[in-house]
Amino acid sequence: MSGHSNWPEWIYVAVVIALMTWVGAEAWEAERLVEHVPADAKTIIVTGQQWFWTFEHEDGTKEIGELHVEVGKAYKFEIVSTDVNHSFNIHDYVVLIDAIPGRVNTVWFAPDKVGEHDIQCREYCGLIHYNMRGTLYVTEPLS
Amino acid sequence: MTLELQKPRPIWQIMFSTHHTDVGLLYLITSLTFLFLGGSLALGIRAELFYPGSQIIADSMTFNRIFTVHGTTLIFLFIIPFASAVGNYYVPIMVRYRDMAYPKLNAIAFWMIPPAGVLIWLGFADFTWYATPPYSIISAPGPAADMWIFGLKILGISSVLGALNFVVTILKCKHPDMSIGQIPLMAWAFLSSSLIIIVAIPTFAAALLMLLTDRLGVSGFFNPAMGGDPIAYAHLFWFTFHPEVYVLVIPAIGMMYEIIPRFSRKPIYSYNSGVFAFVMLSIVGFSSWAHHMYATGMSFTEKTVFMVGTLAAVPASAMHVFNFVATMWNGRIRFATPMMWAVGGIALFFSAGAGGVVNSAMPLDFTTHDTYWVVGHFHLFVMGTIAFGSIGYLYYMFPYVTGRMYNETWGKVHFVLSFIGTILVFFTQHVLGLYGMPRRIYDYPPIPEWIAMNQIATVGAMIIGISMVIFLANMIHSSGKGKPADTDDPFGLGGKYYYPFEAKNPSH
Repeated sequence: MSGHSNWPEWIYVAVVIALMTWVGAEAWEAERLVEHVPADAKTIIVTGQQWFWTFEHEDGTKEIGELHVEVGKAYKFEIVSTDVNHSFNIHDYVVLIDAIPGRVNTVWFAPDKVGEHDIQCREYCGLIHYNMRGTLYVTEPLS
Repeated sequence: MTLELQKPRPIWQIMFSTHHTDVGLLYLITSLTFLFLGGSLALGIRAELFYPGSQIIADSMTFNRIFTVHGTTLIFLFIIPFASAVGNYYVPIMVRYRDMAYPKLNAIAFWMIPPAGVLIWLGFADFTWYATPPYSIISAPGPAADMWIFGLKILGISSVLGALNFVVTILKCKHPDMSIGQIPLMAWAFLSSSLIIIVAIPTFAAALLMLLTDRLGVSGFFNPAMGGDPIAYAHLFWFTFHPEVYVLVIPAIGMMYEIIPRFSRKPIYSYNSGVFAFVMLSIVGFSSWAHHMYATGMSFTEKTVFMVGTLAAVPASAMHVFNFVATMWNGRIRFATPMMWAVGGIALFFSAGAGGVVNSAMPLDFTTHDTYWVVGHFHLFVMGTIAFGSIGYLYYMFPYVTGRMYNETWGKVHFVLSFIGTILVFFTQHVLGLYGMPRRIYDYPPIPEWIAMNQIATVGAMIIGISMVIFLANMIHSSGKGKPADTDDPFGLGGKYYYPFEAKNPSH
């Protein structure tokens, strides 16, 4: 329709495509690295239900609403739900995966500092969704 | 150009009419009514979140119902009917036909909307606009949930009927002297979005029926207790509603294609790239639905595929922005109210798109998913881009519909307040999301950063609220008592930038 040449637009589109390719490649590389679970990671079974979190360590100890882990060790969460969808989230460590009934989702993290962090539910799950919260305690190794 | 309604007529003549301008007017009034209803719910949400603890809403169930109906109303009862209103007024004129292809079907598609709106508002469901199972099956209280399902079902049928009508009107009823390469870009926008509706909506229509039978307990498609899979619902839902994002945004971009060249007093920079970008968006829009579902435990390969599919939509959206800026470049721009809304909308469209790249990049999504970042992100589209384009277009068509001019000063005040408010609310919500505040929560712990940002957002929302009161007053006052408009050139741009065609209503 328009009679003029359109080269500025093509250069612009090429730049946008190059940028998106770069973003995609970086994201792919980063995700590949963070999805690689270390072999020595300890398993913690996380159960979401309306409206609290239960944690079960490898040695069988259970905690409700609180999770104690040791600094410098890797942990693998196996996340399940007994009723509706929830989403297990420790925002400070970018730990996020949905708890879906009938499925086991996994995510891992390795706390690098002693401290306290919030645990919350990030998927709408009903009446008390807003207060489906817990606390993560990262402590010095006992032994 | 005139678009009817300049002489008063009895209301039943308009209600029972099948003429495209009358149906367009009905769509317009309905959609604006729901804009104000849904918007007031947003103010309630923002007032509640001003400070931790219960503020004005008594309990979390009421809060959950409010944000569910807020979202459902503004998407399905404001944005889509508003686009249909504009399409009804303009598409037949743009393809030089006397009416829509099927006038009775057109009226039927409209009249399905009010009962659906009544069902949604009387039910006041609480399971979010996403109605996610198994919550929506085993936990959501009826009959609200069932009324919502029936309401959405009716709206889906209405959308498909309207879309069929637009496609046939554009492809089959256009003037024989016009090729498809000569119809205005806004008609291309309606063609693209209508085709997306026809392909996308049936999937959700099926999922809704399955959800209903699951709720009745006779099936277990999405109920894990009966061997079903909630993730299947997520796929069916997003297969419809990611493309639906383009259904919502493409007509608004089309409206900007009407406003920008006219008020820049220049032809569009590149018609062909506009068409290309519309067609690209409506195809690529189908390749990205599962980027809403990274956190459901998808495999690395699935996430990669949907990330690439999402990023592939960016160049086409960016082409529209380029086209707008290049059209304005060296133009003799007249910043009347419609132009201000369109240009503001483009700036916010760009910001929303840039934020969207962050969401789609896999590792970053785990920081932003289901936080206020996402709320800010999609509101920059639905409010910043779509509502801005739509409201700008409403100011633009106002003199043609009413024969009177709106108050220009108050129109500009409306824009400036809304623009400031939108930035205060939704840019702040992006940052709030990075601090980890989840969406859809009634109350939050007293974290100082969360409180501060929620308060900024609430102030922004109140500014938008004030601007909308000004808007309403301006529209009501000006349609009865505004200055008579020169319907050949109401904006004083010089004649050659307008369509020579008129809407002719035989019963007028």
